[in-house]
Amino acid sequence: MTKRANWSIPYAIFMVIFVVLPLLLILVYAFQDSSGHFTMANVTRFFSDKDALSTFALSLEVAIENTAICLLLGYPVAYILSNKKLNRASVTIILFIIPMWINALMRTLATASLFQMMGVELGKGTLIFGMVYDYLPFMIYPIYNTLQKLDPSYAEAAEDLGANPFQVFTKVILPLSKPGIVSGIMMVFMPTVSTFAISEFLTNNKIKLFGTIIQDNINNGSTWNYGAALSLFMLVIIGITTWISESGKKEEGGDSLI
Amino acid sequence: MNESDLIIKLEHVSKTFNGVKVLDDVSLDIKKGEFVTLLGPSGCGKTTTLRIIAGFRKPDEGRLFMDGRDISEVPPYRRPLNTVFQRYALFPNLDVFDNVAFGLKLKNTPQEEINKRVKKVLKLVSMSDYEDRDVDSLSGGQQQRVAIARALINQPKVLLLDEPLAALDLKMRKDMQIELKEMHRKLGITFIYVTHDQEEALTLSDTIVVMKEGRIQQIGTPTDIYNEPVNSFVADFIGESNILDATMIEDRKVRFIGQDFDCVDEGFGQNEPVDVVVRPEDIYIVNKLDSVQFTGTVKSCTFKGVHYEMFVNTDNGNELMIQDYNAFEPGSRVGMLIRPNDIQVMRKRCLRNEFEGEMVAADKVEILGGEFSCNAQEGIAEGDKVKVSVEFSKVDLLDNQEDGILTGTVHFILYKGDHYHLEIHVDGGGHIFVDTNDIWDKGDLVGINILPNDILITKGND
Repeated sequence: MTKRANWSIPYAIFMVIFVVLPLLLILVYAFQDSSGHFTMANVTRFFSDKDALSTFALSLEVAIENTAICLLLGYPVAYILSNKKLNRASVTIILFIIPMWINALMRTLATASLFQMMGVELGKGTLIFGMVYDYLPFMIYPIYNTLQKLDPSYAEAAEDLGANPFQVFTKVILPLSKPGIVSGIMMVFMPTVSTFAISEFLTNNKIKLFGTIIQDNINNGSTWNYGAALSLFMLVIIGITTWISESGKKEEGGDSLI
Repeated sequence: MNESDLIIKLEHVSKTFNGVKVLDDVSLDIKKGEFVTLLGPSGCGKTTTLRIIAGFRKPDEGRLFMDGRDISEVPPYRRPLNTVFQRYALFPNLDVFDNVAFGLKLKNTPQEEINKRVKKVLKLVSMSDYEDRDVDSLSGGQQQRVAIARALINQPKVLLLDEPLAALDLKMRKDMQIELKEMHRKLGITFIYVTHDQEEALTLSDTIVVMKEGRIQQIGTPTDIYNEPVNSFVADFIGESNILDATMIEDRKVRFIGQDFDCVDEGFGQNEPVDVVVRPEDIYIVNKLDSVQFTGTVKSCTFKGVHYEMFVNTDNGNELMIQDYNAFEPGSRVGMLIRPNDIQVMRKRCLRNEFEGEMVAADKVEILGGEFSCNAQEGIAEGDKVKVSVEFSKVDLLDNQEDGILTGTVHFILYKGDHYHLEIHVDGGGHIFVDTNDIWDKGDLVGINILPNDILITKGND
């Protein structure tokens, strides 16, 4: 082993203790009963647990809605921010990033208080609002980054070949910003599927998301193993979405995460 | 010239970016089917001119005509001309076929016709077998061919090329030059080509437009530009040359390096100071010292492949570059001859520095924002507007900017055989010309000083 390779040892130890080991524990717990014997019961229980299944469906729905709204709001913002003609001050991008500096939990609590103060009933609407508010910067930033690095001569070449401004956008800018869109979707979709704090605060626990169920099962000492199985299931779902979007990104020749 | 032969016409076009005038009153006529090259150093405005023709930039002043129609306000996608970009700008998400077909698909051309035309144009650029390739997998030269094919598929009347060969290596560049020339001949359309490479311009063009600092210096055929440069900038930029200070004694007689020469130029004033250009291959060098025009000593001799390049010190202290098929030993005495035809006489841009100034005290004058001490003169008082003139050789350049009354940057250097002629851009605007024996580099930061005795002041007109 070379000297330089030795430098990675602390990181390797860290990764084993804080990433590999916990993942293995989830795997082990998911296939054990409370007395430590191997069982498939936790996994089969999920597919017969109507409550868990419908919560899971709702989580997916909320995550998809949130991601879609973030994309629809975030893309135009990123486009305007990256366009030097429309955005002359580099400060404006910071205004959109500043919310990321503040802890998401605090922002969520503050949003909930605001709604209560205004007398808005907490429910799905406030949940989606809170999520969009929390995750919008994560959509804007990767798209902004991609658009900003885009060589303006692509747009000029398209215009030169006869594309009007609308066609320049749909045929060149949009396809070339796909890696940013994919990153944005990942960064918004993944955390929203597993969130529980936002739904807890912004719906007053009226709406339960998948993350909430996992949390309930883990907190309630006797159902650890079922909680682990649910976590495993969510990991698989996130893994699949990552794989799909990464393979889409590779086609476009963009940078890849895995 | 018949107006209907023109395809592109620029009329008094000016453009300013961030306070810098990048194009200053440019007027240019381009004939149908011509291969025109815009040539000049970086920052001369050649690319801006091309981008104005393409439509990516709007001129601040002036009009642009195509086929007699004013297209100044027409957006690029409606102009019947296409561009080959410097870094190709091929769409990375599309393969070669789709890149080339891009323009046709926008016009909803039937698929069958698209296939036919893409095949044809790819054949023209010798890229027939590459239809399905990713553009990223192509070499620079191949990407360049695809970019040309993509621009040609719309059958433009004018093809604009922005330094298309700049990113290629020398061998590839030479091959592509020949192919471009061949393509131009075959297609019969107008090519407008931008480059900073004078050799490329001489090889390719029917007409060369030499530009400097947003102004056209000279328009002409490659032979005109090479043999009869209008000023020392053009002479220096195109090819190797000896540029020397001279005096026009009378018509067809010019004096330089301490010698009278017959020449073919007329129409200058008697004893008018001029610049002469003699190309290094036009000086005949011989071993004998009698029946020659002048003599000198060989300083250095370098083999350059086809010829030898020698620097010769003439007996009166000028240095000349000479190219000859025969080598002459350094240190040997040689005689030299220049034929009247090979002497190109050019008017000087100016003979001395002339400034508008203002007296800030009886013995202090302000020029270009700096206050210089000068000799008090009768009849000129504080507050008077004056004309100030300073000989080129009387301006002192200083290494330390702080020591100068003005500061500036060396912008242009011309070797005149026995001294350097520099153009200094003064910080805060304006320029000063300097004749000096010291060696400076382009871009050097200098302090500028002038002694009181060297400042000549006359009263302003107002």
